Amino acid sequence: MFPIVEARWLAPDVKWFRLRAPLIARKQQPGQFVIVRVHERGERIPLTIAGADAETITLIVQGVGKTTKLLNTLEAGQAVLDVVGPLGRPSEIRRYGTAVVIGGGVGTAIAYPTARALKQAGNRVLAILGGRTRALVILEPEMRAFCDAVYVTTDDGSYGEKGLVTDRLRQLVAGPERPDFVLAIGPIPMMRAVAEVTRPYGIKTMVSLNPIMVDGTGMCGGCRVVVGGKTFFACVDGPEFDAHQVDFQILAARNAMYREAEQRALAEFLAQHPHPPDQCRLTQAHPELLRPLAPAP
Amino acid sequence: MNSTNPLPPKERMRIPRQRMPEQPPAERRANFAEVNLGLDAALARQEALRCLHCKSHHCFTGCPVGVKIKDFVELVLRGDYLAAAAKIREDNVLPAITGRVCPQEDQCEGQCILGKHGEPLAIGYLERFVADYERRVGQVGLPPNAPPTGKRVAIIGSGPAGLSAAGDLVQRGHQVTVLEALHELGGVLIYGIPEFRLPKHIVHEEIENLRRMGVEFRTNVVVGRTVTVDELLGSEGYHAVFIATGAGLPVFLNIPGEHLCGVYSANEFLTRVNLMKANEFPAWDEPIYDCRGKAVAVIGGGNTAMDAVRTALRLGAATATIVYRRSEVEMPARAEEIKHAREEGVQFLTLANPVEFLGDARGWLTGIRCQRMALGEPDASGRRRPQPVAGSEFEIPAQVAIVAVGNRGNPLVQSTTPDLKTNPLGYIEADPQSLKTSKRGVFAGGDIVTGGATVILAMGAGRRAAQAIDQYLRTGEW
Repeated sequence: MFPIVEARWLAPDVKWFRLRAPLIARKQQPGQFVIVRVHERGERIPLTIAGADAETITLIVQGVGKTTKLLNTLEAGQAVLDVVGPLGRPSEIRRYGTAVVIGGGVGTAIAYPTARALKQAGNRVLAILGGRTRALVILEPEMRAFCDAVYVTTDDGSYGEKGLVTDRLRQLVAGPERPDFVLAIGPIPMMRAVAEVTRPYGIKTMVSLNPIMVDGTGMCGGCRVVVGGKTFFACVDGPEFDAHQVDFQILAARNAMYREAEQRALAEFLAQHPHPPDQCRLTQAHPELLRPLAPAP
Repeated sequence: MNSTNPLPPKERMRIPRQRMPEQPPAERRANFAEVNLGLDAALARQEALRCLHCKSHHCFTGCPVGVKIKDFVELVLRGDYLAAAAKIREDNVLPAITGRVCPQEDQCEGQCILGKHGEPLAIGYLERFVADYERRVGQVGLPPNAPPTGKRVAIIGSGPAGLSAAGDLVQRGHQVTVLEALHELGGVLIYGIPEFRLPKHIVHEEIENLRRMGVEFRTNVVVGRTVTVDELLGSEGYHAVFIATGAGLPVFLNIPGEHLCGVYSANEFLTRVNLMKANEFPAWDEPIYDCRGKAVAVIGGGNTAMDAVRTALRLGAATATIVYRRSEVEMPARAEEIKHAREEGVQFLTLANPVEFLGDARGWLTGIRCQRMALGEPDASGRRRPQPVAGSEFEIPAQVAIVAVGNRGNPLVQSTTPDLKTNPLGYIEADPQSLKTSKRGVFAGGDIVTGGATVILAMGAGRRAAQAIDQYLRTGEW
């Protein structure tokens, strides 16, 4: 069992956890993930590590399906049944020059430790944080703490610039300080669009892929992705890959493989949990209540 | 041990081999309960009466772990089933498991003199009978442990090689910790072999026995990631490490369309059902492709292929077909698995090899393009090499395809242990007898050394490793 030391809401449906997992905390590097199982009959899902100190790791969880919503019902003092890791290859941290880190929604949580490592490696780091709406833009203060510039875009214009992360990226790549490196983490359409923006300029662009996994150690091959025409296992060869080489269409198709089952499981879960904390009407009416109270590590 | 068999040899040979009671095929193909029901005491006695108690006892030499078969069969005859089980346990810590999954026809029973003129003694059935009896009465005859040596051994992997080494090492007085990457113990016994062939509660009970003997188990530890071999030997304070990680890296066919939805590795398909209980979705969370009414094709002819195809049937597949590039004679699966599969309605498409997976616009599998094969000269394995027949391509419909053509060595441990020698296939190099690797204090055995083999061969490697580790810990000599 992995005790939850701290838990709080970052945004509607997005929860921030600190878990006691000393072995993983000591080993983890930016870009790596853990596999989590929440209850005795639970599935195994990958979650990227958003940070760590000597004894604990940070996970930021978006409640999209049954397992993540169930996880998000947990509070400090409770525990997660199984956490295994750190898995996957760490991000490749180099001194590129100017690096643009793009986080779409909860993707920002995954990009955050790598962005910080890039800064520590001497890069100029620009962040573009996107979300459908203001409440879904997370970790902005944390990113501002070390980034040389932070741009925020929202689809509905409720905060920052109205538009997509790629709108801002286009300006950056066409502007006077063309980036030398781009890391984009978020929904598949966003990552694919970012790849198309940087491709003509030949800017090295990495994306963190989120295929369906079971064991996370290379044993099942369920997470295979096609990159540069070759098959890789995201769990051991990734999760970060060259965005210009990734076959996003195959990734999207494979991620939809269990959609019916996922929807059924979610519907049954919601029927049993008619009022989960992340659907509290008060916080829905006042999303500012969900903004971070203290800086995340 | 003297024979108390009242029958003269000629009469013994007249008794037919007893049949294993089993679930009727039409029933069992729709459930996950065990197919073989086990002998009762009367059947077991009748079978034990057949043993010729030969001086040469070839059965013993055919057993990879050297179970004293003649003696335990004699104890069955005497009705002392607990003593029979204890006799097996002297050499085999997992008798309820091996009695179910060993390829006896290639080992003990393959050597039995009775088999020269008729059918061999059903040693596997008898082994299972006494192991089940012992479990049922709850008096498992655990062997005593030697006084503590103060030495600590880390075993990487809780599959058959790791468990068998753990049992032997703890008996020799060493402190043993088994590290498992998954959340559940048992390795391939849990994630690979289906419930209908090896009920999981049996694996749990055997592991519980080892725990009672003093073995410590830790789940959710991926060696190579959570901790490295060097750390185990250094800061973690272990005196020796046994790598028994198995061959857990699925081989794909590398043909077009392998990424389509509906194409699985056997590892994934079986793990979803066996470990994650996807057959009980939504009571359990892990999903699996809804096979009901679908055409399922399994590529391969080994035990894993048989497990996958029979699992697909139980998930409601309309058709479940083995696609194998050689003929049935060359199939590496246990004879009983092929027989059971056929009885349950599995179809066999032999001398056929997939060349492309076909899909629809959404990226879902719709069929497989295959080519006919013909058998040529024998290859290195002694089996006749299949060769494509020109212009023989044809298509079969399939919404699910499961690739069961073997595994390679999972590189997680090797890639993080720089001074560990591996061969070009990714397996760890270890001395066949002592199982010593190129790194002092580190031993390796089972599928991670030999490539995909059997439960009992992995257990045999675990035993040899335990012996060599014990010697190393006592003498310090490498």
